[in-house]
Amino acid sequence: MTDAPLLKVEDLHVSYNTPTGVVEAVRGVSFELGREKLGIVGESGSGKSQTGRAILGLVAPGGQRRARRLEFDGTDLLSADERTMRRIRGDCISMIMQDPKYSLNPVMSIGAQIEEAFLVHRETIRQEARERTLEMLRAVKIREAERVYKAYPHEVSGGMGQRIMIAMMMIPEPDIIIADEPTSALDVTVQLQVLAVLDDMISERGMGLIFISHDLNLVASFCDRILVMYGGQVVEQCLAAELDQARHPYTRGLLNCLPSLDHGQDELPVLKRDPAWLSAVKVSS
Amino acid sequence: MGLTSASSGQTAGSGLAPPSVLVSIIGVMVSLTLTFIGLTAITFVISRVMPVDPVLAIVGDRASDEVYQQVYLQLGLDKPIYIQYLRYLGQLAEGDLGTSIMTAQPVIDDILRFFPATLELATVATLLGIFVGVPAGVFAAVHQGRWPDHIVRVVALLGYSAPIFWLGLVALLIFYANLGWVAGPGRLDVFYDGIVEPKSGILLLDAALADEWDIFHNALSHLILPASILGTFALAYIARMTRSFMLDQLSQEYILTARVKGIPERQVIWRHAFRNVLVQLITIIGLTYASLLEGSVLTETVFSWPGIGQYITHSLFNNDMNAVLGGTIVVGVCFVGINMLSDLLYRLVDPRVR
Repeated sequence: MTDAPLLKVEDLHVSYNTPTGVVEAVRGVSFELGREKLGIVGESGSGKSQTGRAILGLVAPGGQRRARRLEFDGTDLLSADERTMRRIRGDCISMIMQDPKYSLNPVMSIGAQIEEAFLVHRETIRQEARERTLEMLRAVKIREAERVYKAYPHEVSGGMGQRIMIAMMMIPEPDIIIADEPTSALDVTVQLQVLAVLDDMISERGMGLIFISHDLNLVASFCDRILVMYGGQVVEQCLAAELDQARHPYTRGLLNCLPSLDHGQDELPVLKRDPAWLSAVKVSS
Repeated sequence: MGLTSASSGQTAGSGLAPPSVLVSIIGVMVSLTLTFIGLTAITFVISRVMPVDPVLAIVGDRASDEVYQQVYLQLGLDKPIYIQYLRYLGQLAEGDLGTSIMTAQPVIDDILRFFPATLELATVATLLGIFVGVPAGVFAAVHQGRWPDHIVRVVALLGYSAPIFWLGLVALLIFYANLGWVAGPGRLDVFYDGIVEPKSGILLLDAALADEWDIFHNALSHLILPASILGTFALAYIARMTRSFMLDQLSQEYILTARVKGIPERQVIWRHAFRNVLVQLITIIGLTYASLLEGSVLTETVFSWPGIGQYITHSLFNNDMNAVLGGTIVVGVCFVGINMLSDLLYRLVDPRVR
């Protein structure tokens, strides 16, 4: 941890009432985040996305959030009213969604959508917002920013859409960015470009990043610290550089499933799940 | 990575280029002409294959053979049907829809007299449907599953399923006969009749233009009840559709994006979700308006409203085929026109189809 934590999460629970009973999507997640890059890895359904949404207070309808503590920079997010939460969203904590095809409004021009993210938090004239938007588009390596400003989401490619998303979420200069599978909907070649842009902007501005992904290798190479989630719990917490020393059987199992170029393997092992993991104690290094 | 070329060619960059506008206008004109020819052909053939003798309808059954023959030739009934049709098209091009047997006047004059009444009624009803139905639908969707939603749903269901003539009679009984809040059937009180020169045929407009505010108020008082009854029907449909479109949009990912940006909920709903709802609503509103313009015979009958629906129905009962044909063509033109208009609006609202 580099300095005093910006975000403190303690014993976070998210549950949904369904006709068949209560489903616990997140079960007692705790972590702290400073101005660093934290990766949350887990398979689908492990509760990693729900954790991100719960921090912003945007749990889907029917869901409930509980926690012992949820604090951003001294503000208690659990007791914050809607007004305070709106001020925090975008301006302090923001989130990049998975697929720009669905996460951008199809009938609003790209410029208007980015500008709006800025205008809602700053009292400023439109002209300035427009200049900031163009600046931001250039910062995410978009050529012909003027043209893209006037274009609509269906007129741009996926990689470009995701860079637009990054520009939109970065424009109010938040302290924390939650990136929820930001590259999963993209081609492998485009993934790296988008990640490079994201990395540049995070480091330049000294933000905290929560990088949610199912891709263990990607997270290990991109982040400083890793949380491994399984069944709504954090099962392992370690530094990215020390991932190869992970001790939890789930993490070990995942690592073993990854093919390696150096050592030939005839058969990749299949992860065997142990029901005991669902109630297992956290391993931390 | 530039703009993708997949976006239908013309959309990239500088907006609509002039040649594509020209092409789309020509396309619209061609499809309009074809639709019109199809419409007239079908209605014409139907009017000719009906087991009604148009000559007999004119001369009556006591006319001599000589008179019968003369009229028969005059109408061109001895010619093959396609010649008759072409002749009819020729007359149509000159604005001649033939003469009505029932009113002994040119059909076009009748239509110019009756259609504005329906236009007035349908327009006010549709406006009511839009200005009440759309907010009600949005309100219900935003409060899904709670009491505002239940109220809107029940009211919409009642409005949609209650027989319109029954609603009309009950409304007349309560608001006209018992409470006396509004004027009764017809478009105007007798002593106001014929004072204002019918420039457009739309009484509210004519009275306002002539600065006759007494007449304006009287016309409005007559209009409000039938328009509300007809509007209830439009409202119920529009509210139901708005609600379901809105629910669909609110569950989309871009709504989450807007909330993440910290945008107030009211703006999330109206600026983000509603703009997408509007795209779908245009079609619904256009169709509703067109179907009301077709003339709502039941409402017009209950309220003695001299509209096109009543005119066509009466003509049909009196075997007045010229009038039926003329009325049908007017209604058809309305349908086509409104469809074209909603198509244009659609392009304006949705950048994806531009």
